[in-house]
Amino acid sequence: MKEQLKTDFAKIQKVSSFSDKDVETKRFYLNKFIERGFPNRKLENWKFLDLDKIINKSINELSFYNDYSTTNKIDTSIFIDGLEHNKIIFINGRIEKIDFSYEDKNQIEIFDDFKIDYKFDNNNSLIDLNKAFSNKYFKILIKKGYSIKKPLIIYHLTNEKMKSKNINLRLDFELEQNSSLKLIDFFSDITDTNFMNILYNFDIKKDSILKNYKVDKSFNRNIKYSYNNINQEKNSISETFIFSASSDYFKNEINCNLKGEHSSAFVNGIFSLKDNKQHEIRTSINHLVENTKSYQLIKSVLGKNSKAVYQGRIYVDSIAQKTDGYQLSKAILLDETSEFNAKPELEIYADDVKCSHGSASGSLNENSIFYLMSRGLNYKESKELLINGFLLDVVEKITDAEIRNLIKNMIGLTE
Amino acid sequence: MDTREKDIENLKDYKYGFTTDIENIRAPKGLNKDVIKFISNIKKEPKWMLDFRLKAFERFKLLKEPDWQKPKYPKIDYQDLYYYSAPKSMKDKPKSLDELDPKLLETYNKLGIPLQEQARLNGIAVDAVFDSVSVATTFKGELTKHGIIFCSMSEAIQKHPDLVKKYLGTVIPTTDHFFATLNSAVFTDGSFVYIPEGVKCPMELSTYFRINASETGQFERTLIIADKGSYVSYLEGCTAPMRDENQLHAANVELIALDDAEIKYSTVQNWYPGDENGKGGIYNFVTKRGLCKGKNSKISWTQVETGSAITWKYPSCILKGDNSIGEFYSIAITNNHQKADTGTKMIHLGKNTKSKIISKGISAGFSDMTYRGLVDINSKAKNSSNYTQCDSLLMGNKCGAHTVPYIKNKNFDSNIAHEATTSKISEEQLHYCQQRGLNPEEAVGLIVNGFCKEVLQQLPMEFAVEAQKLVGISLEGSVG
Repeated sequence: MKEQLKTDFAKIQKVSSFSDKDVETKRFYLNKFIERGFPNRKLENWKFLDLDKIINKSINELSFYNDYSTTNKIDTSIFIDGLEHNKIIFINGRIEKIDFSYEDKNQIEIFDDFKIDYKFDNNNSLIDLNKAFSNKYFKILIKKGYSIKKPLIIYHLTNEKMKSKNINLRLDFELEQNSSLKLIDFFSDITDTNFMNILYNFDIKKDSILKNYKVDKSFNRNIKYSYNNINQEKNSISETFIFSASSDYFKNEINCNLKGEHSSAFVNGIFSLKDNKQHEIRTSINHLVENTKSYQLIKSVLGKNSKAVYQGRIYVDSIAQKTDGYQLSKAILLDETSEFNAKPELEIYADDVKCSHGSASGSLNENSIFYLMSRGLNYKESKELLINGFLLDVVEKITDAEIRNLIKNMIGLTE
Repeated sequence: MDTREKDIENLKDYKYGFTTDIENIRAPKGLNKDVIKFISNIKKEPKWMLDFRLKAFERFKLLKEPDWQKPKYPKIDYQDLYYYSAPKSMKDKPKSLDELDPKLLETYNKLGIPLQEQARLNGIAVDAVFDSVSVATTFKGELTKHGIIFCSMSEAIQKHPDLVKKYLGTVIPTTDHFFATLNSAVFTDGSFVYIPEGVKCPMELSTYFRINASETGQFERTLIIADKGSYVSYLEGCTAPMRDENQLHAANVELIALDDAEIKYSTVQNWYPGDENGKGGIYNFVTKRGLCKGKNSKISWTQVETGSAITWKYPSCILKGDNSIGEFYSIAITNNHQKADTGTKMIHLGKNTKSKIISKGISAGFSDMTYRGLVDINSKAKNSSNYTQCDSLLMGNKCGAHTVPYIKNKNFDSNIAHEATTSKISEEQLHYCQQRGLNPEEAVGLIVNGFCKEVLQQLPMEFAVEAQKLVGISLEGSVG
């Protein structure tokens, strides 16, 4: 892999127009990645699902080179109907289009010469990989007092023209004071067995609201990793919803720093897995000042041969008094081959806090099935009804009514 | 020699302290084959025992010291330790209570420990009438009547080699982790208990009553076997503060419960925690593991951990037999600069196995407390269930409380429920107690005792009373 990384890196530099300084930084991260490789189970965060092993098993020959100088054709048929929205279209590792047609152009600024920053979690080799190989990346700034009118959908697409086995996406968002952004990640893959590495950084200033919905719904054989770094200032709110179902492997990491008083973070997630899918959500909510709040709810329905992992961490700094932290994970195991692992972790250094977590896993309640069947439903219907109700609970947590209905329809839940 | 004669013989030994030739024996510093041979030799062990130790040592050489735990400690130079030294003679020990640290005496009085016992705990020769040796012998008679074997490990190796050979290292093998393997190679002594088929042990067994128990050294090895249909309750440690020359304590405790047997193991640990500034104190790195080997067997761990500078242990249950039950009740209190990383592992292998974990952590001062636990339900463990509750109480914002549970469910028939909370003592409760005439320290003691009630209830009666007082004393100076 090492040689492949080096030659592909050189190839990309030949056809791209990065400045010398950029190439130098990229090379620095490339070397860092070569040194450490893909994370494996020896690292605590990767204990339950070993990415190194999974990549080796499902991707025969990793390659990293894509020709980013030619454009890709946009297939408009996959666009989401029935919802007016702004778009960012990301095809085969290249951002083809950033379209804010519904918004006031003066209120949104897009930077493309934005410099790589160094502030990230240094223990994550995938971030190094991202920095070394991501093509151009953009920063989107929502100006003070502006709330975007229509949601922004980021389409993650691949097609048969893709050359490499790995693509990287990096986007930065800054929400100035009292602004808001609704963001939906939507995945549609035609190609198989690729590794997709997504890195978002959000800076949410005072009184701003971020809503991020990730929907992994169409079946594919890809391996995906997504890392959200969220920094929150006073009175800000972040809401993350993850529907994790259809890739072969999908790990979502949310690292949220509550840096301003009265800021709050919400993470809600659904795993709906079957057929050898292995998914994970890992959250790290860092309460760094007084009076902050976090709430996490993760529910899983696990079918044949599937495996779900939830690692949730609440960190409370010694000055972060009056913290309110809550975490709940529930799982239904439908088959004897399904597996659920959880590591709900509390790390607390302040005394005046209210923190709790709960985790439960088991099979569907026989009594409930019996009740429904005695009322005339057959076994399958009863089961579906119960699962529907179990998952609906999480979808109901979505605060935006329009998007809530959209997602409900997408994943086929009924009220 | 009949038993009476033996008792007299024992008494003699005690009176004169240890015989002179043991007194001067000490293995050279360092850890190598020769030292292990030396230990084995001096204990007159059979060859299989030496082989066991050497096998463990071979493995130990390949292992690296773990460092994933939360409390960090300065590196230990394993070549700079004595792995065998004979117990101290009476000459070096304090002659009377007046020579003791007044602080220690104060604690004794608070716990309500009788004068004679205070002396005994510090190795001061006491009146033969009250001497525990005589108390112990009466107990011994009773136990022998039931066919129960309760003796030191060295004695068991000599007298019951078949049992030791059959069970030693079956729960904690010589191929285990770093500290357990070290113990397997160099352990000096410990307790051995065997309860024969169908026998309910008539009394609580305690190291306290076992002769030679006072100085088992830093590498203790305990093995308890409960044969079919038997029951035993075993107590380890005592509420009185214990001091020791050795900083590192790496004991191994193995429990084996066969069909329908039950073992209840209670620990009160109050080793020297170091001074207010965190200097000194014991490192308590103990491996405790129980195997529910037979059907319908049960193992229950209860622990009250208040001492040691660093406590790092996870008493575990391997639920192999169908319908077996594992329980873990724990109170861990850290104050000043103490650190603890403790919890349990419940490994469900058999069908219909059940486990329950109740853990209460209290941290005060500058201390740091971690609950780390594993619940693993194997794919074959049909219809199993686990319930876990771990609560933490924090006093002040200089301390930390952490919960790190690992939950693995590979069986769709099984249920796991886990709950954890972290909070502080509410001002209202404190106010209420103080209003009724308690001083702040008493009030905290009362509230904390209420917080720990579920665990304290599990302790044998005589332990429970002292443990309650101990909970209050451990938190002294943490309020106001």
